[in-house]
Amino acid sequence: MPITPATLTESHEPAADGQDYIWTLNFGPQHPATHTTLRIVLKLDGERVVDALPDIGYLHSGFEKLGESLDYNQYVTVTDRMNYISPMANNVAWHGAVERLMGLELTPRCKYLRVIVAELARISDHLLCNGAVGLDVGAFTYFLYAFNRREDLYDIFETVCGARFTNSYTRVGGLMYDATDLFIEKVRAFVRTFPKTLDDMDRLLNRNRIFIDRTKGVGVLTKAEANSRSCTGPVARGSGVARDLRKDEPYLSYPDFDFQVCCATAGDCFARYLVRMAEMRESLKIVEQAIENLPSGPVNVDIGRRAALPNKRMVYSTIEGCISHFELEMTNRGFETPVEESYAAIEAPNGELGFYIAGDGTDVAYRARCRPPSYIHFAVFPHLIRGHTLSDVVAVLGSLNIIAAELDR
Amino acid sequence: MPARSETIAALKSAYPQLTESEFRGQTRVVVPAEQLIAVASILKDERGFDLLVDVTCVDYLNFRDAEYRFGLVYLLASTTGNERITLRVYLNEPHLSVASLVSLWEGANWLEREVWDMFGIRFEGHPDLRRILLPEEFTAFPLRKDYPLQGRGERHNFPVLTRNQG
Amino acid sequence: MALELPENVVVSKLDSLANWCRKNSLWPMPFATACCGIELMATGASRHDLARFGAEVFRFSPRQCDLMIVAGRVVMKMLPVLQRIWLQMNEPKWCISMGACASTGGVFDTYCVVQGIDRFIPVDMYVPGCPPRPEQLIQSIIDLQDKIQLEGTISGQEFETSARQQRKRALIELPVLAGLPPVAR
Repeated sequence: MPITPATLTESHEPAADGQDYIWTLNFGPQHPATHTTLRIVLKLDGERVVDALPDIGYLHSGFEKLGESLDYNQYVTVTDRMNYISPMANNVAWHGAVERLMGLELTPRCKYLRVIVAELARISDHLLCNGAVGLDVGAFTYFLYAFNRREDLYDIFETVCGARFTNSYTRVGGLMYDATDLFIEKVRAFVRTFPKTLDDMDRLLNRNRIFIDRTKGVGVLTKAEANSRSCTGPVARGSGVARDLRKDEPYLSYPDFDFQVCCATAGDCFARYLVRMAEMRESLKIVEQAIENLPSGPVNVDIGRRAALPNKRMVYSTIEGCISHFELEMTNRGFETPVEESYAAIEAPNGELGFYIAGDGTDVAYRARCRPPSYIHFAVFPHLIRGHTLSDVVAVLGSLNIIAAELDR
Repeated sequence: MPARSETIAALKSAYPQLTESEFRGQTRVVVPAEQLIAVASILKDERGFDLLVDVTCVDYLNFRDAEYRFGLVYLLASTTGNERITLRVYLNEPHLSVASLVSLWEGANWLEREVWDMFGIRFEGHPDLRRILLPEEFTAFPLRKDYPLQGRGERHNFPVLTRNQG
Repeated sequence: MALELPENVVVSKLDSLANWCRKNSLWPMPFATACCGIELMATGASRHDLARFGAEVFRFSPRQCDLMIVAGRVVMKMLPVLQRIWLQMNEPKWCISMGACASTGGVFDTYCVVQGIDRFIPVDMYVPGCPPRPEQLIQSIIDLQDKIQLEGTISGQEFETSARQQRKRALIELPVLAGLPPVAR
């Protein structure tokens, strides 16, 4: 069953004479450059890329349609499966948007914990992204270093909520479980040992002749283009756009922490790689500050607010707890949302991840739209790759950090 | 961050009949479909909204007291001035088309293609308006409210391979 | 008639020898689409090492593999690709459906996700989980190795006809206890 899009017969060749030297190469949707199912049809002149036509949708699973039939606490499981490299960040983004719609104010402990898991997810994502860039370019040891540290992060996530990844940790108004002492110990151990790994990884690739030759000057994105093409996150910051939602529109408890926004000006793959490495160090600083100053207190919002489930002791012993539990659980009740629409975004590891939610008064969203950074960055890809060689395709694709599940939703 | 009052004043002075509201710190401006590209140009060129954050749509078919079926949402942000604004364009059948913003922001290309794919709203002036996430042969617009979640049988319309045919 | 064999001579069936060779060098073809693909990569990484079970190389070419691990949800746009890759693999070949989405559609009962690849591809092993832990995937490969050892033939006859159903089963049936009344069928 052929899979050719109808427009492949259109000719995009710029040269006017003798166009039979241009040949077509199909890249994907099943290919080893680990970024799963996307397809690019490359038109090549020898080894130079003349044009690249992306063909996506090979993982489109109807996430947004699902958002209209699952309630706000059930949909967080689906948001895990979007950017599955950093699922905690997606959970924080989704519930941040829901709580903004409902006008809920979280407890300080919950905000700190969400910051900690979001920053750990950022470290996890950048480890995988840079590891995959290394793997695609040929540095297998670098990839294994990164993957080994990610296993430690999986241990931390498993301690706090039971799942290695696809952990649906946040709930409306709070979190699934509170942090335990074991979790705090593990995070402290990770903070102590991670800088050494980063130094090892830096030593492997930062001044490596082969890596620099393969990534410097490749896939240059200028600052004006980054804004015009809606790029955000490390892709935009590598081109000089100094925008980071953690500083510009602070959410959760980011104003309490001291960290810097990492930018580069070159706009090529090497710049994006360096931005991600620097961001990992800054994230580690944030985690260290947060875990040392973790405030005590409840994690979920007050039960009078009728958003988060009360704990079982209150349900069984107080009338307030019992009523609150009943109001939230019974199928014709649930929590109330205003009949309004709102948008809230966080600085996810990939860029600006936002959810536009239209509420209709019930506890099921009327429309749950995810603003996917990978989708928008993949649209930039043909522009970046034109004129480069075939071997640069994987380097550029890796540096954009395209996750197919977020791309296709 | 809500849009600054100078931005609202600039819009209202050019087009006085625009209505604006605010919810949870976000400013929404309702724009008629014909004036969309003019309003967007003012925002981009004069007020410095250089980042088009998202283009999406909401189908109000099952909403109580809805006058229009589709509501387009344009989220804009300014990286220099650090403000955001939301433009709403309401459409009703059969006039489901609006001007494309690709000439102003390149990022609108794929975002509008997805709205066409999922909702069936045409964008006049779009260079390449065709399906992006679903196969070309797909005929319906899935995110409309009259399309069921499990689809109409398109997902299992394939031949079966058995061990014999290995 | 007892033969006196020296210690370094083994007598067995040719089928068993072939099965032993095949099961200990299963080269997986990772058809990784989504989150299960990351767990598949983690299974092949250093902590849960899949290479110690013979799956040394993750060849991405179907012509060089014998085990296809479908990890992740398969969408209707991707299913023809999956079928084409299955047809390109040479026999003997087996298929593991890893994760809930590949086995049954998982969380995604939507208009575009195929509700189980076994509707369109013959599947040998199902691994439940969302995503399954690496240990579960390793267990499924061990079970598949047992299945190959017990059911395989050197000429691959088990892949040919539905007479395969009447062959010896992989799981050993327990003997019926005497004295029980016969069950009405």
